[in-house]
Amino acid sequence: MSELPSAAIDERMPRPAPGTGRGVIRLLVRTPLSAAGLAVLLALVLVAALGPVIAPYGVNATDVLGALRPPSPAHWFGTDDLGRDILSRVMLAARVSLQVAVVSVAFALVVGTAVGLISGYLGGWVDTVLMRAVDVMFAFPVLLLALAIVAILGPGLTTAMLAIGVVYTPIFARVTRASTLSVTEEPYVKASQAMGTRRSRILVRHILPNISGPIIVQTSLSLAFAILSEAALSFLGLGVQPPQPSWGRMLFDAQGFLGSAWWMSVFPGAAIFVTVLAFNLVGDGLRDALDPRHRTRMGRTARSGSRGSR
Amino acid sequence: MTMTARTPTLRFVASRLLYTAVVLLGVLVVVFALIHLVPGDPVRIALGTRYSPETYQALRHASGLDRPIAAQFLSYLGGAVTGDLGVSFRNGQPVTLILLDRLPATLSLAGVGVVIALVIALPLGTLAALREGRAVDGAIRVVSQFGVSVPDFWIGMLLITLFSAVLGLLPSSGYVPIVEDPVQWLRRVTLPALTIGLVAGSIMTRYVRAAVIDVASSGYVRTAESKGLGRAVVVGRHIGRNALVPVLTITGIQLATMLGGVIVVEVVFAWPGLGRLMYDSVASRDYPVIQGAVLMIAALFLAINLIVDILYSVIDPRIRLS
Repeated sequence: MSELPSAAIDERMPRPAPGTGRGVIRLLVRTPLSAAGLAVLLALVLVAALGPVIAPYGVNATDVLGALRPPSPAHWFGTDDLGRDILSRVMLAARVSLQVAVVSVAFALVVGTAVGLISGYLGGWVDTVLMRAVDVMFAFPVLLLALAIVAILGPGLTTAMLAIGVVYTPIFARVTRASTLSVTEEPYVKASQAMGTRRSRILVRHILPNISGPIIVQTSLSLAFAILSEAALSFLGLGVQPPQPSWGRMLFDAQGFLGSAWWMSVFPGAAIFVTVLAFNLVGDGLRDALDPRHRTRMGRTARSGSRGSR
Repeated sequence: MTMTARTPTLRFVASRLLYTAVVLLGVLVVVFALIHLVPGDPVRIALGTRYSPETYQALRHASGLDRPIAAQFLSYLGGAVTGDLGVSFRNGQPVTLILLDRLPATLSLAGVGVVIALVIALPLGTLAALREGRAVDGAIRVVSQFGVSVPDFWIGMLLITLFSAVLGLLPSSGYVPIVEDPVQWLRRVTLPALTIGLVAGSIMTRYVRAAVIDVASSGYVRTAESKGLGRAVVVGRHIGRNALVPVLTITGIQLATMLGGVIVVEVVFAWPGLGRLMYDSVASRDYPVIQGAVLMIAALFLAINLIVDILYSVIDPRIRLS
């Protein structure tokens, strides 16, 4: 069932702790699609870091006479209605998109994981209360809740990050809780409890490292959704505010020119698409590398018949 | 039907109803809290700079914001139960009427969108599953991965560019109720529904594939095959029927998710549904309408999930008995 060395990370064995990240990356680059996703992400980070230096034009340098020009050697992605270079704007917008995604997912990761750990480990009424709160948050479609939060707190970069972070917190709580419940029953946790180890130490030293796999996978997938959410909020005028360029806002501005200047909508949209795709591919690759159970469930190995029912 | 077979179903339905009621109460608390989280005085913010003190007092009183918070919550709760969600800050109209006016547009968009998604996902997902590991499977999985990663409103813009601007085949915006003119309705619903249908279809393809693979590897399918039943009979009767349960679930979830996702697509296509209403209300800071729209979409979301859960237990007795 496994050309991949998945036996080494079988669920019965301790999963790679955060320190052995190199092994995970080696597993990740084995599948060409995940490797491609990783390469795209590295390139994006580079563009985001060096954007102002390598962009061919100023991000808000207008040139009314050169407005709405199609792609050419001088302007690879063409120019918008104010004569601004679309390539330069797409490059500069990468930074803010990644920033929003990373900050908001970091928020969701920290808060959600803490809630899930506490809920799963303590159980009882704490678990009941926290999980009902999570259920309530799941009753709102993601974008609707984000939109409502931004509508209340006022548009802008900070509120957009907060809104996206809040919206993705419950999924981390659920993932962490489910994993915590299964790990808490493991002999090494029971042994530690019997030895009288402090609760906080058990959580951080024994449980957290062993549930990191699903959390890492969720992080990558959430980054993809966070990029999409930020683009949607900015499209609606509630996220990144002009004159700072953002892919979503560029698409909003392109709406009046769908028939006359296709390049205004095609390139910023493609940037969102490629970024989200890269995060998704890396997330899928991580899942295959870190979570063998999922691979089985998706049926890739179920046909071999050697395994019983789940 | 005997009592023993019936009681678990009733108990299951009752427990789901109770659960939904508890979550709905939580949703009401969140929606009620929204207006109180506005930094500053919501009425003042909504009115802007030019208003008379009388207007301010009247609106504040009409919205109940001058009363103690516990009283406000109780009356919001009572109002929500009886269908009274307050009045718009903009024009004083009852929020419930505004919402009901917009509901058909959103439902027709989401309904056609789900149909398109199913038309895409059922054949592609089944094909990928039956050819698991082959080139067709790989191709379908890559395409569905693309569909999952694409921003829906961008797809909408590309469709407008192609079908409206370049080919001139379909209108790019506007809504005609189906009861007024079915042909015009269909012409106008096609592009926005295709937009959300393509994205939802990509997601559902993955679930259909997983469901069919799961069922196809089970014992009764092997038995059916070894009995010498034809491929078509096995796929149609044994695999199809049993894969229906998970497919139904994901269809329900997608339909519910669409109600949130339509917001941006409705803006792109100037579609006068709940999403467009929400967008306009955010711009004009009409908080009671924002609250109402959020509540209505979340309630629909819960209702769809409840119906799916109950259908699920009717189709598959294992679920209510476990």
